[in-house]
Amino acid sequence: MGGHKFDTYETAWCPGCGNFSILNSLQKTLGELKKDPHDVLIVGGIGQAAKTPQYISANSFCGLHGRAVPPAVAAKIVNPNLTVIINSGDGDSYGEGGNHFIHNIRRNVDIAHFIHDNQVYGLTKGQASPTADEGAVNDVQVDGNNNIPFNPVLMAIASGAGFVARSFSGKPQHLEEMMKRAILFKGYAMVDILQPCVSFNKVNTFAWYNKRVYELDDTHDAGNRLAAMERAMEFGDRIPIGILYEKEQPTYHEKHPSLKDGQVLVAERNNPALIDKYMQEMV
Amino acid sequence: MYNLLIGGAAGQGVDTTAAILEHWIKQSGCEVFTVRDLMSRIRGGHNFSCIRFGAQVPCCHSEKLDGIIALNAETVSIHRDHLRDGGFILCDSAVETDDDFVIKLDMAAIAKKLGNARVASSVAIGAALKLFGVPMSTEQADSVFRKSVKAEYVDINVQAVQAGYHAVPQKFEHAGGNASDHMLISGNQALALGALTAGVKFYSAYPMSPSTSIMEYLSLKSAETGIVVEQAEDEIGAINMAVGASFAGARAMTGTSGGGFSLKVEALGLAGMAEIPLVVVDVQRPGPVTGFPTRTEQSDLKFVISASQGEFPRMVIALRNHEDAFYQTIRAFNMAEKYQIPVILLSDQYLADSTAAIPMLDSRKIALYEPEEGPAGEDYARYRFTESGISPRKFPGTRDGFVAADTDEHDEYGHIVEDSETRIRMMKKRMGKLALLEQEILEPELLGEQSPDVLLLGWGSLYGPLEEAVELLNQKGEKRYSALVFGDVWPLPQKLLKQLASSAKYIIHVEQNYTGQLASLIAEVTGIKTDAGILKYDGRQLSGEEIADRIVKEGF
Ligand SMILES: Cc1ncc(C[n+]2csc(CCOP(=O)(O)OP(=O)(O)O)c2C)c(N)n1
Ligand code: SF4
Ligand SMILES: [Mg+2]
Repeated sequence: MGGHKFDTYETAWCPGCGNFSILNSLQKTLGELKKDPHDVLIVGGIGQAAKTPQYISANSFCGLHGRAVPPAVAAKIVNPNLTVIINSGDGDSYGEGGNHFIHNIRRNVDIAHFIHDNQVYGLTKGQASPTADEGAVNDVQVDGNNNIPFNPVLMAIASGAGFVARSFSGKPQHLEEMMKRAILFKGYAMVDILQPCVSFNKVNTFAWYNKRVYELDDTHDAGNRLAAMERAMEFGDRIPIGILYEKEQPTYHEKHPSLKDGQVLVAERNNPALIDKYMQEMV
Repeated sequence: MYNLLIGGAAGQGVDTTAAILEHWIKQSGCEVFTVRDLMSRIRGGHNFSCIRFGAQVPCCHSEKLDGIIALNAETVSIHRDHLRDGGFILCDSAVETDDDFVIKLDMAAIAKKLGNARVASSVAIGAALKLFGVPMSTEQADSVFRKSVKAEYVDINVQAVQAGYHAVPQKFEHAGGNASDHMLISGNQALALGALTAGVKFYSAYPMSPSTSIMEYLSLKSAETGIVVEQAEDEIGAINMAVGASFAGARAMTGTSGGGFSLKVEALGLAGMAEIPLVVVDVQRPGPVTGFPTRTEQSDLKFVISASQGEFPRMVIALRNHEDAFYQTIRAFNMAEKYQIPVILLSDQYLADSTAAIPMLDSRKIALYEPEEGPAGEDYARYRFTESGISPRKFPGTRDGFVAADTDEHDEYGHIVEDSETRIRMMKKRMGKLALLEQEILEPELLGEQSPDVLLLGWGSLYGPLEEAVELLNQKGEKRYSALVFGDVWPLPQKLLKQLASSAKYIIHVEQNYTGQLASLIAEVTGIKTDAGILKYDGRQLSGEEIADRIVKEGF
């Protein structure tokens, strides 16, 4: 029992999909962090990326499309001993789940949120996701996507996230480093992971990303929010990967009177003496 | 029994005045039932509360008034017609009215002289207590205000009450009663207290009248009870959070009104499919959409029993009165956990906002469900096929394997499958819970005659009005009347209904909606058709008197 091995189950992804590399990096990272799989909960919504929890031997929650964040956050709230990680798509996290994304940044529960950003809705066959490039053509946006692309990292920094990073599934070592830092970070941590979809995104391919991404170095001050925002706006010929912004701030648990001493609310029962007191207050 | 109305504009303190008065009256021994008629605004308009009290338990509100406290002139013109001969209208001297029953009092002037114009309503409280023969002592006044106003305002309010008390003569004999040690509780408080008793650890909601006071009460107690009350970003977030908390092993509840429930629908199916216990509260108000935000209706019944795509088992319990709200909420948690299903509690504004004096509730009466320990060993399967169809639950963190939840069709371990054999077995496993629930459901309560000529059918908060209605009708002695009031509405209990329906001459449904939703559900499930319906959908609850009048008028 126990052990630190995160096995893979058979997957239903297309050969060559960037999701394989992300799954692999996740398993490696958790192993390196010596996490016991029994204490790890992987949460997804619905989509190709959101199948990740199905493919790794740990606790898993595959909920509704767009709704990965609320159950993940709540599970962590009631059991702080769990390592809670979300693996879900860009459509799931930024589109259908946009409201949860914004407001759970503000909640600052200590979870890691990994977004497999392939700029399409993979599972429903390639329609534009919020991050789709302007002009991207598919079966629905037949004349090209007209919407201004959503900038998730800029939005996260602006909303008050304490850890905002970007990585690329084609650079596993970098990705593992980002995953590790996000999991270890105290508070909500998001990593937008550029992920080629070989079946439906013929523009933003492995080669396309690989040519553009560059690693942030020491010249970038990740503690400077304005500098982080400036870098976050860079997406085109050059795309920075690495930690854009990092600053610790009090977490949900630390601020909550019922949780700040590490309380676990699982399988807890009531306190009849208190109930009787409350009834007496109403006499 | 007496009935006192306090009316005024929003912001004039109608609610606080009523709360102080009902408390005081109850402490003097009377049974109390108070309804609140509020407008969806913060200032202006017309709000009122009616406190019905006496030695007997008032099971609902009444239209007939013995007294009116009019904090403005409009209250007099709106409610004057309901005042019985010999009643009184208490108002400020400035209110222009020459009504015979008016008792004018210089409330504003007295308050001003005491040093704070805002204590005028306390002058009215003192006068009303005196008129109804309710004793008042300085110590009592002190203790009442200590509970309801800031410390620095206690003395001035006590003085105001005394001034009002001494300014008028006693008019009525004290109503009597032995309820001084009863608790005074609103429907939403009873529900929230039930949830605390059931060991709720996580409550998530988005504010929406008339459900918000559940969240308010739980928030007030959250630090001391060590629970989490979370205001979510929207109702979808609220229910998905509650599901996540429950999946992880904490007893969880989410609450809203019909509009919020509409947003929660998909996640209701998540709880059904992933077999995650969940209590969902719908405090109904008139729809569709925004409807009447602060008024009452029973029009979500058919919606909540069928909400969400696909088929999955659920239980729906309608709350009938304050005691019921407490005990059924505890039971809802037990049923949700035992059968790993969503359980929906249907309340409404009438019950949620009304207060009643009730004997002390028993926090130990309903034993909390103790789940069986699942099997030990690494091969834990969350959706294990078992004889009963219920798979033992474990929570993430267990060393006996991994815990999975999945909204896709899945195998015993929670992995996605698409084969027909597993699909059929899983559907049977989930839907089989309905048969188990049928063993557990509670028959409706029969009020009035055991073998009636005329059988009234109702559900939820019409319990009180129906109780009074059959009492009034049976006093006439012409026919035998009774009312069958449903609490459990899904699955629908049928035994008692079938038995009574076979011998009653007439069956009449009484509901706060336009279409007679219970009647239609009964017809669908049992084939029993009603002969007529007494319906109301103007956002105001039927009183016992109104039901009795309409039954007689329609010739039953
Ligand atoms: C409420 C709801 N709407 C729509 C869908 C259909 N749907 C499933 S996945 C998906 C988009 C997935 O895109 P993304 O989150 O980017 O994941 P990807 O497949 O690209 O990894 C959609 C629209 C659904 N399952 N539920
Ligand atoms: S459709 Fe795209 S994202 Fe989905 S598995 Fe295939 S390549 Fe990956
Ligand atoms: Mg995608």
